[in-house]
Amino acid sequence: MRALGTLAALAVAVLAQSASGGFEWRGTPTVDLVLVVVVYVALTGGPVAGLVAGTLGGLVQDALSTGILGMGGLAKTVVGFLAGRFGTQFIVTATVPRMVTFAAATAAHAVLFMGAYALLGLRSFPDPMTAVAIQAAGNGLAGVVCFKLSEWLPRALERRRATRGMRVSR
Amino acid sequence: MALADIGQRPGLLLAAAVTLHVGLISTQVTTSAGRTIFHTVVFGGFSEGQRGASTVVGGVRNVWDSYFALRDVRSENDALRAELNALQVQLQAERARAERADAYRSLLQLRARVPLETTGAEVIAAGVSPEFRTVTIDKGGSDGVAADMAVVAPSGVVGRITQPSARASLVQLIVDRNAAAGAVIERTRVQGIVVGVGDGSLRMDFAPATGDVVAGDVVVTSGIDGLYPEGFILGTVERVARGDGLYHEIAVRPAVDFSRLEDVLVVLQRHAPPVEAVK
Repeated sequence: MRALGTLAALAVAVLAQSASGGFEWRGTPTVDLVLVVVVYVALTGGPVAGLVAGTLGGLVQDALSTGILGMGGLAKTVVGFLAGRFGTQFIVTATVPRMVTFAAATAAHAVLFMGAYALLGLRSFPDPMTAVAIQAAGNGLAGVVCFKLSEWLPRALERRRATRGMRVSR
Repeated sequence: MALADIGQRPGLLLAAAVTLHVGLISTQVTTSAGRTIFHTVVFGGFSEGQRGASTVVGGVRNVWDSYFALRDVRSENDALRAELNALQVQLQAERARAERADAYRSLLQLRARVPLETTGAEVIAAGVSPEFRTVTIDKGGSDGVAADMAVVAPSGVVGRITQPSARASLVQLIVDRNAAAGAVIERTRVQGIVVGVGDGSLRMDFAPATGDVVAGDVVVTSGIDGLYPEGFILGTVERVARGDGLYHEIAVRPAVDFSRLEDVLVVLQRHAPPVEAVK
């Protein structure tokens, strides 16, 4: 059930990412929703879940882009794993630590992704620091929103169900 | 390893995933040489493996060839040696056959040259007594061979028939101690009698001391004895010495190599001595 949820979340993230193609800073998207889902899964499910989600999400993202297949997958796999490890070692429940975690994961992802491209001499990234910083902020924000939604949505559904039950009893 | 166990080993899973991604990337990224990293790495790694394998195999093969295969080499060597021996025997047989063919050819040439009726014969046995120099030939009375017929070879006089039987005959060689033939020095026509010494050589007796005889002169039959036809070579003067009396002492080397005598011609008609010689 959880795996299906993860797959669905990744699919939604990929679709949403493709729909938000205009939000870029010098070629780098201001928010990477797939990475947000991967880190989210890692923090809530552990390193293996993060790793698998990173692999799947990254490969799908690579397959739908014109880049080298596996570059994003590699970066997101490692980041998912590290985020999962981090989540099991530290308590990341407050908003700020979560945001920092998402930002740090974004930075790590950028280092891996851009570093691999630069290492192979396949692509250059003008002003990467700014782009990464912007994306880290965007991802941090999106990650916190994700957590808030995931915490708020079940409760809201429960409340709504309870409210509907009271109306029926009247 | 079950799937659940893999889930308990995230590090291993990470390594597998990273390897998968690196492999995937390497199949797409090309190097400056125009080949993908995957090709380069795989080929490079594989070629090193091939080099190592080749070194190992070469070493093993070298050890095998140098030591273990020697067992086969030894048996092969034995087989080759046996084959070589067989071939050498065969070669000798072929050589002997060729020599026989040459001898037959010489004999045929002699037969064509001699204006006498002859028959070819093969030496089938040597003399049984060292005191008497004889051979046995495979022609006898049934072939028209009779006593006192001359026996010749391409190189010269062999001897005479002494004992003919139906299918074989005993030949007294000219080198026998009791053999003799009328002879003449071919160059100066000095006459004498060639007799066998018994040791394989000949001696010319009764050659006048006044006659011109030198070493190297060819001695031929004179035909005066009524046995040997005129003009057949008896031998070559080897040494000439002035004797005490009226005659030369002449040593003659036989023309025929009696140790290798195989085929001969028997002159079927007895030869009458020339009238002048008798006179």
